[in-house]
This record gives sequence, structure tokens and C-alpha cells, in this order.
Amino acid sequence: MDNAVHTSGASTQGTASGAPLDPDHPMELVCPAGTPAALQTAIDAGAHTIYFGFRNRTNARNFPGLNFNEEEAARAVETCRKHGVKPLIAINTYADAEDDAIWKRAVDCAADLKAGGIIACDIGLVSYAAKTHPDLPLHLSVQASASNPEAVKFYHEAYGVRRVVLPRVMSVPEIAELTAAVTPVETEVFVFGGLCVMAEGRCSLSSYATGLSPNKDGVCSPASHVRYEQDGDVMVSLLGDFTINRFDAGETAGYPTLCKGRFSSDARTGHLFEDPMSLDATTILGDLRKAGVKAVKVEGRQRGKAYVAQVVRSLRDAIDGKTDASRSSGTTHLMEGLGHTEGAYRRDWR
Amino acid sequence: MSRVEIALGPLTYNWQNPAREALYSAAATEEAFDIVYIGETVCAKRIPVAAAVMADAAETLEKAGRKVVYSALSLATNESERRQVTDLCEVEDLLVEANDAGALRTLAGRPHFVGPHMNVYNPGTLEALAERGAVSFCLPWEVNRKGIEVMARRANDLGVVVEIEVFGKAPLAISARCHHARAYGFTKDSCQYVCDRDPEGMAVRTLDGQNFLTLNGLQTQGHAVTLLVSEVQALRDMGVGRLRLSPMNMDMNAVARVYRDLLDGRTDAATAEQTLLGMLGDREPANGFYYGVEGSTWAA
Repeated sequence: MDNAVHTSGASTQGTASGAPLDPDHPMELVCPAGTPAALQTAIDAGAHTIYFGFRNRTNARNFPGLNFNEEEAARAVETCRKHGVKPLIAINTYADAEDDAIWKRAVDCAADLKAGGIIACDIGLVSYAAKTHPDLPLHLSVQASASNPEAVKFYHEAYGVRRVVLPRVMSVPEIAELTAAVTPVETEVFVFGGLCVMAEGRCSLSSYATGLSPNKDGVCSPASHVRYEQDGDVMVSLLGDFTINRFDAGETAGYPTLCKGRFSSDARTGHLFEDPMSLDATTILGDLRKAGVKAVKVEGRQRGKAYVAQVVRSLRDAIDGKTDASRSSGTTHLMEGLGHTEGAYRRDWR
Repeated sequence: MSRVEIALGPLTYNWQNPAREALYSAAATEEAFDIVYIGETVCAKRIPVAAAVMADAAETLEKAGRKVVYSALSLATNESERRQVTDLCEVEDLLVEANDAGALRTLAGRPHFVGPHMNVYNPGTLEALAERGAVSFCLPWEVNRKGIEVMARRANDLGVVVEIEVFGKAPLAISARCHHARAYGFTKDSCQYVCDRDPEGMAVRTLDGQNFLTLNGLQTQGHAVTLLVSEVQALRDMGVGRLRLSPMNMDMNAVARVYRDLLDGRTDAATAEQTLLGMLGDREPANGFYYGVEGSTWAA
């Protein structure tokens, strides 16, 4: 999860990689919608599939002013259907031990609406969905962090999961091997947007600093715990009680996403986890296609209509062979942070 | 009320072989440990280096009457990591603790443990995994007391055990990238095993000098040491069946005896807490996760 603010953009990588895209067998483009307006924008820009979530803790982008109530969800499913677009509902946090009613309600609602599927990670909830709504297609969320074929097969054999969204910790050869090994389960990978450097669904850094949890509350580096303090010429960004970064005069003060901060250790001081980079895998779309990946996904339900419009259009053009996918997407200015990377898809990232 | 057990958790750090040997030969002599977890949960690259010592440790522990459980890796992505998990889980007479869903698949249908890296946050998940053969669940560190209570109650109904870590640094994240190696200018593949330089991980401080996190190979831990002592009675009342102590670079047998004495009524919570705080020395304690607040905090 990532919610760094948009600052400037500067490409740090852009290497062409080889495999061409085949426009006759396009990959499915899965796009985010944080609001009904963004949903319409994604449809107009060429999304094949759109994912959204309910306005509560059941989804991993539980940010103020975002997401759909049940009526809006019903209209969204209808709108998608009218345009031949598949609607998916993300129910991708872990249900509360004391009261899982809103999570079950979200699953029931998705089934009643005959959504194209749900994207879930909680084993108890996936088990509930499989038993209660056997016709509701199940996609395994990236938050389940299924990073090997055995894990994917577990979810397929036990609960009939049809598609898995792979964690952003795998290299392209590993993705190819996994995809071949898990047939008939389809694989989907993130190609654009925020970049988690930790295995998704396995990170409680924010809970340690703020008490609010990515897994339980659907927040990462929550805005409610962010402060900026001026210390002479230096702008200090804090999350909870912890300094995440210090910016000299003239530096752009970015959002204090915990794992993108600057810290010190006996070995080195700086971005110990990750530079404030975003993911752009446009240049390796062909390699992902060749790896057997069924669908590519854009992160960013928290992003505005301009982001959705431009990123979705650019990726759709690349997938359709209308633009040269071996070059970076031209949407770098929409990235969060200070540049972009192909992340773990290239092994040297590790 | 049934007896609450004590377990020595898997060693999370990359100790050199003589230190590993010392830890486990000492644990073998300590009757306060009902269970000793061995095995590597963080990085597959550490496994071959320590294999001979760990095999001997398992034998010594079993001979001494300790129940040995083998903890599997928490993130298996490349071929050698996957093979480590599968090879371990396929040995049918071993008791294995799964830390990812891949291990769960191989272990299904025979008794196994579910480790704290599995996201067991609610009774529904606990039930689903118990149906497939899980008999013991060490809950994730960030589950608060209400969550522990609900799940411990359900576990007792199902006849399975809930275990809670009461001592040790909480693992907060794992990555395919080794941030520990990266800090030294290496990558995961070329890491030179730099993580063995820091027996309790390498401290990460904020630019304002606050202690914050700990780098431990692929894993990031909190800086503070989770310490639940005055909470032990409540854990017992909730039906928690086992307490886990995660190895630190100190006399873990002495730590275990404090908890055994507390559980058996030979000491009270205030005394036990003072003793353990003394043993922690200048390490900071934390119990925030238990109370549902910032995990880094100490609500004394």
C-alpha cells in the first residue's frame, strides 16, 4: 500500500526489453475507481475491468471521501455491464475478530449484485464466500501475498480461487514459472502505481507507528497521523511520533509513507527501504504477456480522474499495440514520488 | 484451568553456529520450555550454513524431552526458498509450523502448527485452517487483546491451541529485497551474510535520532521488545494455551523460568516484570499491540 503524494517525475529506468505485444490476444486491463466519477472515467479511457470497494474497513483503500456505498455499488455494476466492462469488488482487508458482519455483508452484496467477482485475502472470508456464494468468482488479492505456486494451489484447491493477483516481490521469470504451474488459475500483476517494497499483507509497520493497521483497517501511513513541522530551514515529516523524513529548503517535502522515508543505521543513512519511487512496468508489458499473465492492474483508487484517464488510456494503447510499449508510458508526471522503477520484476531490484 | 505451556520461538536472527549451538544445548536442559521451535523463518540463504548445527540441536532437544516444532519460511518466492519449504513439509513425521499458504497446502490433512506470519485475524480463518489439520495457532503480533480473547475462546471450542508471543522483537514486515544487505551496499544475492554481524538485528533510527526499527535480513522488526507480563493472567483467563518467547541475545532459560514461576504462582506479575525489565537492560519494552494502540508504545 502506498499513498505518497504526487511530486515531480524523473525516469530512472527505461530499458526496452524485447518481447512484443500481440494485439490479437490483449491482456485484460484492470483499473481502479475510487469514486463513481473515476469509474466513468476508467470506462471512457478503455478499461476492460474496473475494481472498487465499499466505504468502510473492508477495503485496503479506506480513505476519507473515497469508495462506494451499496447504492453506488449497484449503479457502478450496472454502468459497467452496460459498457461491457467487468466490475470487481475489492474486499481485501482481514475481518475483525469480534465482528465480521461488514465483511460478510460486503461479500453478500457483491454476490447479490452479480459482480464479476470479488478480490479478497482473508482465508475465513474466502471460505465463507466459497460456501455461501459458489457462483461468485473469487480473485485472490495481492494482500494475501501468495508468492509461490503451492500457495496459489492452496487457495484454488480449498476455495476455488480463479485468479491470483501476484505480490510485487516477484521477478518476471518467477511470474512465468508460477503462471505455468497454476493453470487453470489466472495471474494478474500490478504494472503501474504505488510500489510496496514489503510483501503485501505482511506489513504492520504502520500499526507499529500509529496503531492503525493496513491489514485490519485498510490504511498505510494514515493521513490522520501525519504531521509536518518546521525545524529552522528544515521541513520535518512525521508519522505518529516518528520522523519519517527531513527536507532541506528547496527539497520537495513528500508524504511520509513509512517505507519510503529516510533513516539512519550504522551501515548507511538514507532511503534504507526504498527511494520514493513508483512502479511503471509499461516497458515490460510484452515480457509479462509472454510470461502468460492474463491481466495487468493499475494501482490507485485514491487517485483522481486525471490520473485514471491518462494512465488507463496510455496502457490500453500499449496493450492494443497502438504505441510502442518498449518505451516508458509518458505518464511519468503522474507518478507518486521522485521517479519510477520496474521494481522486483527485474531481479536486480533485490 | 489447564496448564499454560511455554515455547522458545524460532531464532529470527542469523547467529553464527557456536551461538546457535549454545542456545539450543541450553534450551535442552531447561524444563520450563515445553516446546522449542527450530527452523528458519526469515531467509533461505541462512539454512545451509546452519544445517548441521540445527540438525544436532533438534536431536539434542528431543533426547532431552523437549517437543520440537520446525518453523517454515515466511516468504518463499524463488526456487530454493520454495524447495526449502516443500522439503520440510513433506517429511511426514515432523511437526511443522506453516508461515505461508504454500506450506499449508503440503501440510493439509495431518496435524500442523500455524505460525504468526499467517494472517489469522478472526475465528472464521481459525476454523477454516483447523478443518484442514491445524492444531496450534501463534497469532500475528498486531492482534489486540479483544481479538486474542475471541480467537482463544473459539480455539478452545475446537480443541486447538492459541499461542501468543510475550517476549521478543515483533517482526513487522518481510521483503523480497534484503534491506539489511542493501544498507551495506550489497544485494540479496551478493549479501556476504552481513546480517550475522548483528545478533539482535541492526538498529534503524530516525533522522532525529529516535530508535525506531530493526533490520534483520529480509525482515524488519520493531526496535522495542514486546514484553507481556502483567497481561499473562488475562491471557490465561482468555484461554491462551501457550506463551512464546522469541530468542534474544541473552539468557533465554532465565527468561523462561521467570514466566514459569509466574504461571505456577511462585512469583507475582510485578516482581516478574521488574526482573525481566532488568534483564532487558537498555532495550526498550513495548506492549502497545496488545492494547490496540501503537505497537511501539509501553503502557506500563
